Amino acid sequence: MKLTLHIWRQRSSKEKGSFETYAVTANEHMSFLEMLDVLNQELIEAKKEPVAFEHDCREGICGACSMVINGRPHGPVKGTTTCQVHMRHYKDGDHIWIEPFRAQSFPVIRDLVVDRSSFDRIIQSGGFISVNTGQAVDANSIPIEKDQAGEAMDAASCIGCGACVAACPNGSAMLFTAAKVSHLALMPQGAIENERRVQAMVEQMDKEGFGKCSNTYACEAECPKEISVLHIARLNRSYFKSMLTSK
Amino acid sequence: MKWITKLLTSSLGQKLIMSLTGIFLILFLIVHLVGNLQLLAHDNGESFNIYAAFMSHNPFIRVISIGLYAFILLHSIQGIALWLTNRKAKGGHSSKGKVAGADWSSRNMALLGVLIFAFLCIHMGDFWVKMRFTDSLPLVNYPGHEGAVEDIFSRVHVAFQNIWIVIIYVVGVIALAFHLVHGFQSAFQTLGLNHKKYTPLIKGIGWLYAILFPLGFAILPLYHYFNL
Repeated sequence: MKLTLHIWRQRSSKEKGSFETYAVTANEHMSFLEMLDVLNQELIEAKKEPVAFEHDCREGICGACSMVINGRPHGPVKGTTTCQVHMRHYKDGDHIWIEPFRAQSFPVIRDLVVDRSSFDRIIQSGGFISVNTGQAVDANSIPIEKDQAGEAMDAASCIGCGACVAACPNGSAMLFTAAKVSHLALMPQGAIENERRVQAMVEQMDKEGFGKCSNTYACEAECPKEISVLHIARLNRSYFKSMLTSK
Repeated sequence: MKWITKLLTSSLGQKLIMSLTGIFLILFLIVHLVGNLQLLAHDNGESFNIYAAFMSHNPFIRVISIGLYAFILLHSIQGIALWLTNRKAKGGHSSKGKVAGADWSSRNMALLGVLIFAFLCIHMGDFWVKMRFTDSLPLVNYPGHEGAVEDIFSRVHVAFQNIWIVIIYVVGVIALAFHLVHGFQSAFQTLGLNHKKYTPLIKGIGWLYAILFPLGFAILPLYHYFNL
C-alpha cells in the first residue's frame, strides 16, 4: 500500500516544528513502527535526517512508544499501544498525520520524542512503599483477597506512557497519578503510607504544570491499558480525606 | 489554617469548588423552576406576584440569595481560571482528528458557562434589577393579601411578547442543558463518588435533569409569547 505521511519535525524544544510530508510504501503485515523503520531507512539512504521516535519492547508493555496518530494517542485501535497497531488498519492511499504527545509538561525533545520525566518526578514524590531492604518476603505471607488484588493489578497495569495526558484536552495527568496511587493504596503494604503519598503526588503533579481534570474521560477511552476513571474518583476522595484528617 | 489554602489552591481543591458550587446551583434550579411555574397560572399574576414579594422580602431567603449570587460568581471565576490554566497546560492541539471519549459538552464547559453567564446578566437585568433597585414596577393589591405587591408578572408577560427575548431565553436554556449533561455527573466524580453500583443512576438522573429542567424553563417564555 502507498501511504502519505504528514510527520511533525522539530529539531529541539527551543525550535519551532512543522509537518513534513513523506511518501512510503508499506504492507499490511508491518507494525506501525516497522512502517516508520522503512521510512527512516529510505531517509538514511537518501542522506536525510531520520524521524526520531521512541520505542523499546515493541510488545505493548513498556510504554516507550508515544505518538499521536490522526489525532489519537497510540492510534486508532482501542486498548493498544502504537507498536501493536498494524498497517492492516490502513488502506492504500491513506493520509496519516503523526505528531508527538502534546502537553506543556511533555516538552518535545526531537520530532516525535517528548520528555516525560515529569512522570518520574511524580513517582519519586511518593509512588513507592518504604520498607527495609533485605530478604524478599514470602509472596503469601500477607493474605490479600482476590478481588482486592485484582483491582490493584488493574491499576498497576498502567505503563506510564502518557497517553492520558496527550488525550486530555486539559493536559491533565490525573489518570496516571490516580492509577499509581490506587495500586499502592489497595495493597496492605501500601495502604499505610497512603495519606502522605496522595498529598505528595498531587502536589508534585500540580508543580509539574499539568492541567486540571475536568472529567472528560478522554484518558480512559485512549488509555492503552484501559485504566478506569474510577481510580480518579478514588484519588479525589483519598486526597480530600487526607487533607481533612492528616496531622 | 494553612491546610485550607493548600487544599483550595490545589488542582483538586479548585475542582472541589466547582463541584460544590455546581451542586448548589443545580439544587437552586429546582426552587427556581417550581416557583416560576406559577407564571403559567391564569390568575392575572396573583400567585406569582405574591410569591415574588415573599422571595424578595423574607430574611432567610435574602441570606440564601446572597449566597447564591456569591456562588454564581465563584463558580464563574473559578471556571474561567481553570479554563485559562488548562489551555496553557495543553500547549498545542493535535491538528488532525479527535480523541475518543470527551463528548462535546465536556470539552466546551467554559464556552457554555460564558453563554449561561451572559444570559444571566440579561435575565437579572430585566427582572431582578427592576424589582430590587427601581420603583418602575406598578403596585397591585390582591384581596386576602396584606399590602400592595410589585406587579412583576406583567413585566414578565410584556418582556415575553418580544420574540428576541424569547429567543435569548431558549438559547440560554439550551446552553444550560448541555452544561448540565456534563456538569451533573462530573460534580459527583470530582467528589470521589464513582461506583458501578450507583454511578449509572447518577448519570441517568443527570440526563433527565438536563432535559426536564431546561425544558421547564423554556416553556415559560414560549407560553407567554403564544398567549396560551
